[in-house]
Amino acid sequence: MVKYKLENIDLWYRDFQALKNVSMDIKANQITAYIGPSGCGKSTLIKSMNRMNDLIEGCRITGKFLLDGEDIYGNIDVNLLRKKVGMVFQKPNPFPMSIYDNIAFGPRTHGIKSRYKLDYIVEKALQDAAIWDETKDRLKKSALSLSGGQQQRLCIARALAVEPDVLLMDEPTSALDPISTAKIEDLMSELRKKYTVVIVTHNMQQATRISDYTAFFLLGEMVEFGNTEKIFSMPKDKRTEDYITGRFG
Amino acid sequence: MTRAKEKIMRGVFFIAALASILAVALICVFLFAQGLPPMLRIGLLDFLTGDRWRPTAAEPSFGILPMILGSVYITGGAIVLGVPIGILTAIFMAKMCPSPVYRFLKPAISLMAGVPSVIYGFFGMMVLVPVIFETFGARFDMMSGNTMLAASILLAIMILPTVISIAETSIRAVPQELYEGAVALGASHERAVFKVMVPAARSGVLAAVVLGIGRAIGETMAVRMVAGNQPVFRMPHEFFSGARTLTSNIIIEMGYVERDSLHFGALVATGVVLFVFILGINLLFSVLNQDRDKKRTKKAVAAAMEAAAEKAGQ
Repeated sequence: MVKYKLENIDLWYRDFQALKNVSMDIKANQITAYIGPSGCGKSTLIKSMNRMNDLIEGCRITGKFLLDGEDIYGNIDVNLLRKKVGMVFQKPNPFPMSIYDNIAFGPRTHGIKSRYKLDYIVEKALQDAAIWDETKDRLKKSALSLSGGQQQRLCIARALAVEPDVLLMDEPTSALDPISTAKIEDLMSELRKKYTVVIVTHNMQQATRISDYTAFFLLGEMVEFGNTEKIFSMPKDKRTEDYITGRFG
Repeated sequence: MTRAKEKIMRGVFFIAALASILAVALICVFLFAQGLPPMLRIGLLDFLTGDRWRPTAAEPSFGILPMILGSVYITGGAIVLGVPIGILTAIFMAKMCPSPVYRFLKPAISLMAGVPSVIYGFFGMMVLVPVIFETFGARFDMMSGNTMLAASILLAIMILPTVISIAETSIRAVPQELYEGAVALGASHERAVFKVMVPAARSGVLAAVVLGIGRAIGETMAVRMVAGNQPVFRMPHEFFSGARTLTSNIIIEMGYVERDSLHFGALVATGVVLFVFILGINLLFSVLNQDRDKKRTKKAVAAAMEAAAEKAGQ
């Protein structure tokens, strides 16, 4: 089932074209990885999928982003879109407040006030992000007291707490140590049972380990998109082959 | 050659640093040397808690409680009026303001900080005082508009630039990633700003308030021109009456006081009390800042350890 359909996406930052005619179908409950060298447009694409690009001045987009058939650049409530399409960033960005309040921020934003409900949501989100055991005894402590890896899992939990359909992850492990990275990768295979996940990664091994589909980007162009195994074992395009064999990038 | 030069320059910097410290130390020493003996002669308790200031009576009494309270009331009023406006302005300037407006607003605020206090005093005398008298005069049976209220309003305006610029800077210093994190959860711009960005800047905002208090309590000229200056014991609800502050007490009587009399000593002692107030506020400010520095150090250490762990892992 196609969850998110991208049709002929062109994107400019003022005069610079960052994405060129990108089209792809993102399947529900699968992990789709975007790979490619720096500046290839993969982060740009993922940011435009929940309209975080709106914050950048001079960004112009044509083409269609169809989430469950609805154009997200059409007449929709951006805040509701971002509730549906959550995001985890490259650098862990917990708010300087308690662990509990970090997780409850999203649900509170969307009108949930009942203490009982919030307690339930917080526990569930922390469990889903595999950080409940480490935090259950110090929910009132500042989130900044956690380690970097814990902070990133907290941010994943925070994103899950608003019950999104799609989870976008922009290089979520690039700032973390290998042990934390492994934890988050384990977590991702769990996440795909409930969510559609799109991840940008610099790390090709990571893409092969965790993703079902992979898209390779180069200079704003989507060179190749398909089943992860196929892309890494039998790339169709010469440029993909050069990249995954480490000839550049 | 360069080494010698370096040594000389180091000496120059050291002397420069010493000069300012020496100035503060000397002020301290002379103030206390001149102010403490008369304070003890009057009696510390009588001086600080006496509610009669009759320095020239046949049987003089030197109680500065009315002036302490006057300073506290007027400053408190200025904080209540000025701080909310200042903080909201700072939030607006840091996060909501379209850039053409900002280009106008920012220099305007800086200009506000540069206006001499006697000019503010004139504004108070010619605009605030008459307006207050016309509006409340009949209702509160006032003799004139020279009141604590006038002084508080005027001081509220005067502390605005301090509060605004410090609060704005600290809100701007909050990393943009936090804003993005909030917005990505579906929070509106306003919610992201008020619930995440401003709370994240709270120690800086608090510092802005503390410096505002310091500015207000030390202000002399403008307050003197609108406060009425009666050295009378007031209760907090008498906001529509005049009062005298510590600062105006000194400046008003310094002109005619007989040098080296007890009266003169009592005025210097008033200065000592004011100085202690300011010291306390500065202490509070540095405690707040220290707290922030500690957090920052903690964060830096955590980041460094993480980087080391990453290196070790690779």
